[in-house]
Amino acid sequence: MPHLEFTFCGERLRAFGSGALHWPRRGLLAVADLHLGKSERMARAGGSLLPPYETMETLRRLAADAKEAQPETVLCLGDSFDDALAGALPAEDERALRGIADGRRWIWISGNHDAETKRADGIQAASCRFPPLEFRHIASPGADCEVSGHYHPKIAISAKGGRVVRRCFLVDGRRVILPAYGLYAGGLHCHMPPLRDLVEPGARAIVTGRNPAELPVPK
Amino acid sequence: MSRADRSCAAAIGEPFEEWFSSRKWAVRPHQREMVRRSGESALLLVAPTGGGKTLAGFLPSLAEIPLRQSAGLHTLYVSPLKALAADIKRNLLVPISEMDLPIRVEDRTGDTSHAARLRQRADPPHILLTTPESLTLLLSYPDAARMFGGLSRVIVDEIHALAESKRGDQLMLGMSRLQAISPNLRRVGLSATVRDPKEMAGYLAGRAMACGILAAEPGPPPDIRMLEADEAPPWSGGGGRYGVRAVLDALRNARLTLIFINTRAQAELFFRALWQENDGALPIGIHHGSLSLDARKRVEQAMVDGLLRAVVCTGTLDLGIDWGDVDLVIQVGTPKNVKRLVQRIGRSNHRYNAPSRALVLPANQFETIECTAALDAVRDEDLDGEPKRKAPLDVLCQHIMVAACSGPFDADDLFREVRSAGPYGGLSRTDFDDCLQFCATGGYALRAYDRWRRLMQDGSGKWRLRDPRTARAVRMNAGTIVGTEMLGVRLGKRRGGRMLGEVEEFFAATLKPGDSFLIGGETVRYERISEMCVQVSREGSGRPKIAVFKGTKFSTSTLLCDRVLGMLQSGDWSRLPKRVVEWLDAQRAVSKIPRQDRLLVESFRHGGREYTCIYAFAGYNAQQTLGMLLTERMEEAGLGPLGLVSNDYAVLIWSLDPVADPEALLCGRPIRDVLETWLAGNALMKRTFRGVATVAGLIDRSFPGKRKSSRQVTFSTDILFDTLHKHDPDHVLLRATREEAMKGLIDFGRIEEMLERIGGRIDHVRAPHLTPLAAPLLLEVGSIPIKGSGEDRLIAEEAEAWIRKAGLIGKPAATRPAA
Repeated sequence: MPHLEFTFCGERLRAFGSGALHWPRRGLLAVADLHLGKSERMARAGGSLLPPYETMETLRRLAADAKEAQPETVLCLGDSFDDALAGALPAEDERALRGIADGRRWIWISGNHDAETKRADGIQAASCRFPPLEFRHIASPGADCEVSGHYHPKIAISAKGGRVVRRCFLVDGRRVILPAYGLYAGGLHCHMPPLRDLVEPGARAIVTGRNPAELPVPK
Repeated sequence: MSRADRSCAAAIGEPFEEWFSSRKWAVRPHQREMVRRSGESALLLVAPTGGGKTLAGFLPSLAEIPLRQSAGLHTLYVSPLKALAADIKRNLLVPISEMDLPIRVEDRTGDTSHAARLRQRADPPHILLTTPESLTLLLSYPDAARMFGGLSRVIVDEIHALAESKRGDQLMLGMSRLQAISPNLRRVGLSATVRDPKEMAGYLAGRAMACGILAAEPGPPPDIRMLEADEAPPWSGGGGRYGVRAVLDALRNARLTLIFINTRAQAELFFRALWQENDGALPIGIHHGSLSLDARKRVEQAMVDGLLRAVVCTGTLDLGIDWGDVDLVIQVGTPKNVKRLVQRIGRSNHRYNAPSRALVLPANQFETIECTAALDAVRDEDLDGEPKRKAPLDVLCQHIMVAACSGPFDADDLFREVRSAGPYGGLSRTDFDDCLQFCATGGYALRAYDRWRRLMQDGSGKWRLRDPRTARAVRMNAGTIVGTEMLGVRLGKRRGGRMLGEVEEFFAATLKPGDSFLIGGETVRYERISEMCVQVSREGSGRPKIAVFKGTKFSTSTLLCDRVLGMLQSGDWSRLPKRVVEWLDAQRAVSKIPRQDRLLVESFRHGGREYTCIYAFAGYNAQQTLGMLLTERMEEAGLGPLGLVSNDYAVLIWSLDPVADPEALLCGRPIRDVLETWLAGNALMKRTFRGVATVAGLIDRSFPGKRKSSRQVTFSTDILFDTLHKHDPDHVLLRATREEAMKGLIDFGRIEEMLERIGGRIDHVRAPHLTPLAAPLLLEVGSIPIKGSGEDRLIAEEAEAWIRKAGLIGKPAATRPAA
């Protein structure tokens, strides 16, 4: 699995090219904003009928990351399900999810989309502390050593010959914001508010993809 | 009055004869014929510009409506341009008021107010002037049957232009609905001169209906020639800047000149170049599709008022309206096809009996040959054939949803109706059912949406919307034009600042504060993006950037490519300038001259690289595709391809190792084999898919100002393409995408045509050095580096540059890529 290692609050963390965050010392794998069941929710609401394969794809990638990292704990940083009803996954997807969770501690942190989602498996929590790090869905204003999701950060890179837009991690001295992991989750440019105002000067973006790379956050 | 007039002196009715003579106009033969044959169920009028086509189309309506007992809509007029609808209204009101005819005429376009639209549906005028998009919307309402129940005639203006695009297909589907609603409806098509009027008639009337063809007398032959400049044209490029002085001289001898140039960026540059040399300060304006409506209207009005001597423009002034008294047309750069040139020439001397006057300025040496060939074709009245298009399935998907919005439908009836539309005559039931399934459930192999389908069958088997609210989304997304996302350009900080025009979002994203760029002939300074606008100030300085547009690049037509090849092969270069002949002689000495029945491939070493130049003469898009496919093969063969560049005639590839056997490369295995794998990851396919997915209704259209707030929904359509390709490779939208790309951006058909033409006869020349014909390609911009994982390398390079700048190299970095 291509990844980029960085130090945050004294801990060595690995940013996976897929958008997952691996913390080897604690045996922990964190992912944010899976938005499972999104295409179905849109269809239910009378909207577009998008190709209904995204939950399958998202779980396939998560399975690959778990196989690579072999975590004891998998932490989903909220908005794991696109809404309360999406918690009831189709049987095949449910099986795939069990396959990943089997033998692992699983933590569902609740987000704004899935606060009402009921799940029989795992631990549900509003936030979660693995010292020295604190995990929650939405970055809090005064936080320190915090890992969160919610904003779906992405970055546009203009260089000779082209412009590439990719999802990215945002890292500054006090927090890490994870990119959305779900296939159909959109993105928010990190140079636009509110992300622009959230990160400290000197923040860095770790660009996802086959070769994760680090760039300054554009102003 | 000509003999033809008297021989078929069909009466057009007393008041009309009087009105014509009061204006000192002669009724033209084809105008009489249109009245005489007005009872025919379908009629195509083919007439050159300035032939009084539109009035000919309306004369029968003007005669019939006053005699009609019932109120309500009698005639629907559809044109590709909003502006044309408004202009026609003004022109029609003149005879109506002068003859005091009890006829109400209204237009309905995207600009019509909400209140007026509601009223038009409740109480329609006798004549409604509209566009294909507005007609689609009208047909989507449950009251469509009432509104169009008494419709007697439909007039489709500029049908030759509509027939080239999905807008025409949409209109013909709409026509099939209208015919079902009002079975006695008569169709009239108005067309410029086309190569095959029968084909156009079939497009208008479909398979089952007969369609009469009425050809107007052609006008006098045009007065056209090359514009010779003192300076020689450059070896490559499309700007035509070298000819600015010659163009200015030509302008001085004309009242009003239209200067056509192919792209908006070139128009901006040429306009600036003209003004830099314009010592006589001739009033010259600029007009193109990215300028604000306001800016365009000002130029149009200035033309009408006779305040301008010339206007630099793009295709925006190709069609329709006469703005002022144009007496000269100058085409800068090759017109790429003959039809476009004829159309543009027709913009000058818009009077029937006077010859049009036009000059053509080739932009580079090679274009001298192409322009000579194009002028020959115009003189020979040899027009490009219509490209063979299969009826697009995404438009059909939209049509099915629109039908469902207006009311429940029976699938068999709708299928029959759709097949009666010209472009859909050959539609298979399987394709139709796939489209219907797509509309209903998404049509996926994994039947996920049976519970949440958009269309469902009622007890009688009719299809209807599951959720009536869907209709609103369908109407919001109606239409077949899918543009790139544009941002307005506003002068000054405040909302009241003047709108100058718009640029593509991706171009705006490349701007940094302080950068300057050209728009509407002004050099402006980029300040920032806010409120979905690019804010600029007048303090622009330095060398401005040019707003490039991703819009489709025209390929030189097959006809023109063939004529160029024919001219080269004939060896009769007497009409070409001396320097071009010398150039070709040099080519003949060191290599060969390309021929129609063979393929010339050159190999040579230059600047430490191995080059291969393939003269396929297949047009830009196909050349580009051919280059990509060949570099795939070269990669397989371990030749280390590094990059390629193409123009309309040839593709030049550079590599680490030379190509020893081009025959094996081109003909060894069918080139289609490479195509399949290549298409999957192809950016052109993804771009085409975005349009198809929007038209078919898979994704919502993005509206400026709205999209940023809904980040949850606006993810890239590339993801949808990849997902579909992986899980549902035969999905109807992927088939539609492929079909469209193969004719459009990828243009594989022309590669196959070329392979057939050369029949395996390849001339491979190993030249001692760069050859004369290949030289211009080296100067061509837009070369494509071949990179296995290009994007990643781009990011890695950026990251490395940043690390270097930050002085992080050599020190223990805070972060370090993992081994």
